[in-house]
Amino acid sequence: MKITSKLLLSTTAFMLAGAIPAAAAWQPQKPIEFVATAGPGGGTDNLARAVQSIVTKYKLTDQPIVVVNKGGGSGAEGYVYGRASAGDPYKVIFGTSNAWQQPLVSKVAFNYTDLTPIAAMAQDEFLLWVKQDAPYKTAGDFLKAAAATEFKMGGAQSKDTDEVLTRMIEKAARVKFTYIPFKSGAEAAVQLAGGHIDAHVNNPSESLGQWRGSTQRPLCAFSPKRLPQGPKVTASEGWSDVPTCVEQGLAISQYEQPRTVWLPGKVSPEQAAFYVDLMKKVQATPEWKEYIEKTSQVDTFLTGAAFVDFIKQDLEHVKQVAGEQGWLLK
Amino acid sequence: MENLQSLLHGFTIAVTVPHLTLMVIGVLLGILVGVLPGLGAPNGVSLLLPLTFGMQPVSAIILLSSMYWGALFGGSVTSILFNIPGEPSSVATTFDGYPMARDGRPTTALATAFGSAAFGALVGVILITFLASWVAQVALAFGPPEYFAVYFLAFASFVGMGGAAPIKTVVALAIGFAIAAIGIDTVSGSVRLTMGIDELVKGVSFVVAVMGLFGIGELLIAVEEEFQARAVSSKVDWKEVFRALGRLPRYGIALLRSAAIGCWMGITPGGPTAASFMSYGIAKRFSHNGARFGSGEAEGIIAPETADHAAGTSALLPMLSLGIPGSATAAVMMGGLMIWGLNPGPMLFVDQKDFVWGLIASMYVGNIVAVALVLLTVPVFAALMRIPFAVIAPLIVIICVVGAYSVSNSYLDVVLMLGFGVVGYLFKKLHYPLAPLVLAIVIGDKAEDAFRQAMLMSKGSLGIFFANRLVTTLVLAGMALLLLPLALQIVRLLRKPDEAAHEKVRII
Repeated sequence: MKITSKLLLSTTAFMLAGAIPAAAAWQPQKPIEFVATAGPGGGTDNLARAVQSIVTKYKLTDQPIVVVNKGGGSGAEGYVYGRASAGDPYKVIFGTSNAWQQPLVSKVAFNYTDLTPIAAMAQDEFLLWVKQDAPYKTAGDFLKAAAATEFKMGGAQSKDTDEVLTRMIEKAARVKFTYIPFKSGAEAAVQLAGGHIDAHVNNPSESLGQWRGSTQRPLCAFSPKRLPQGPKVTASEGWSDVPTCVEQGLAISQYEQPRTVWLPGKVSPEQAAFYVDLMKKVQATPEWKEYIEKTSQVDTFLTGAAFVDFIKQDLEHVKQVAGEQGWLLK
Repeated sequence: MENLQSLLHGFTIAVTVPHLTLMVIGVLLGILVGVLPGLGAPNGVSLLLPLTFGMQPVSAIILLSSMYWGALFGGSVTSILFNIPGEPSSVATTFDGYPMARDGRPTTALATAFGSAAFGALVGVILITFLASWVAQVALAFGPPEYFAVYFLAFASFVGMGGAAPIKTVVALAIGFAIAAIGIDTVSGSVRLTMGIDELVKGVSFVVAVMGLFGIGELLIAVEEEFQARAVSSKVDWKEVFRALGRLPRYGIALLRSAAIGCWMGITPGGPTAASFMSYGIAKRFSHNGARFGSGEAEGIIAPETADHAAGTSALLPMLSLGIPGSATAAVMMGGLMIWGLNPGPMLFVDQKDFVWGLIASMYVGNIVAVALVLLTVPVFAALMRIPFAVIAPLIVIICVVGAYSVSNSYLDVVLMLGFGVVGYLFKKLHYPLAPLVLAIVIGDKAEDAFRQAMLMSKGSLGIFFANRLVTTLVLAGMALLLLPLALQIVRLLRKPDEAAHEKVRII
């Protein structure tokens, strides 16, 4: 009950915030801390630092911004910190969908309801990758081979987005994988290049260099339509040449990882509105477009009710997979 | 030959006035963050990263990598002078560096450390220059079982040695493994050993542990043993800097061996910290002066420092050619590469020749700049030793507290650090060895991950550790190192049966 009422509250807060002009509202009076729930160099860290540099460049606020890394415990450190900072509007937490996924499967001392959602700013796509010299031309070939022997699938972390997607493929294609968790997608990519695993489901930016270097190639993208056309990655192919998985008979039409922005809980609607507005301004800059293109992500902006709905949908979905695998906490 | 040409082209990019200025700035900033414990190279580089977004990628990487060299050098300063490792990878430098400084030879200790570090870095760069493509292929051969075998080798080279009773070494190792297990487990995703403290989910930072164990622990011992007059009369002697450097070639074998260990651990995933430990362990075992290690032996400084820098330098190679960072700082730089619009991976060497060879050339120049600047600072740092203990002791406490706090802006870390200080004191008092504890904290969780990943792959069969030539060789080498001291003891007993018999009689 409590959870729903809080969600409703924040939803209405955003609706109100949309109606009131932001300029008249709250302004920060002291330095702002950007908390990246990832170590230096990770995707979430890059996002926080990109936003920091855009805000500073365009002087979108008078206050200085510091980026702090709290990536311990697969990001739990940053969220726990956010929970402990309830009511403090000077801490902005940058994360991913693990804000709501992690509390489902591990005993961490936070839940996404402890935080105030601000926005989902970008979506990272997922693709199915195999080694360059693997005999499979299509996802269909790959799955046929996977049905015969148990393939080793690598990914970042355990019971996180990569493993959830792996289990979804298992179910959709009626195959069985051995899932090997690594610390990051980049590590999984190198393991695939060395032939120690058979496949992984990395984001575009995690395997871009490997694709260009012809050590591995994508079979299909877990996206409802083909990815946007960008510059060619290899001599002959770009992201838009990768077929969708549905085209190839693997019925998973959409799987994405949002980059999310949060405030601690118990902040006022005006304070939240200030940051929603700030992120909107950031997104309108050419530097943002450049960041999105360079990291091969998809530009989105979900806030207010749309963001909350997105979380609920994703949560339902993950709960189902986690339930089937027996990962849910009792 | 083609590499040589590219390198010369790289020099034309690196040796320009703006780039040389960037190198000096980077190195000086790096020395600063390296000297301040807790700040360290990864944090320093990430603080500087946003400033580079508007720069040319080559200029940006030259600035950041110069800072890295500066930090690697600076990290040794506090290890040697105050027994507080400024960088995780300079822990092993404290073992002989600190006793030598206490002995009134801080200048010698610092100059020896910097000189051998520069040699290690040079070997690392030469390796990158000429063997880049070959090395990248070698690194690809490493899957989870091979990773585990490398960590096993690092443990084995360090465990059998030391004056401590074997059982005490095992106890120290076990405590280290338990500390390394705190936080989220990569393989199962579950939270372990947080003991009801929510924040512990992040795990125990290695820097926090080391500052407490070494800095505070040593301070407590010092307070108890000799409260007054701990100041050392160290003359500020420029000539000694050069004399110490001149003595280095005498340790040629140690230098080469340590550089080789460093390069190997930098390319494989061991990293600089494991490299410095392993190099120290092996040097102690194979040097004539092995018995005197730990009491201020020059070779005990040379071994870890050379390996640390060779590893730190060669760790940039897997980052550029494969997109796997060999060290924490390399990980930050890799994030930078992506933001500058470059994609680390096999094609970088083909697509971005100017960037790659500009960087490699700047490694030569940057390290020369770094060693020159850092040698200039030796007398200044050595003079710090003359400050009376009553003044320096509170300063050490302040440095440790601020350092622990700045790791992740958390009070819990300060409390943990002080707790580790007490542990460090007790370990010394009860003659437990600190080195195995530290080693287990650093690579314990990585070794565990690699072992369990290997077990997942093989469905629980240990046969995977003997599945190919590479992994079998590594595992057998590790076992040999582990059993060597035992075998030597047996041989000694067999050779002198009389004495052994006598002893037996006496015991009975």
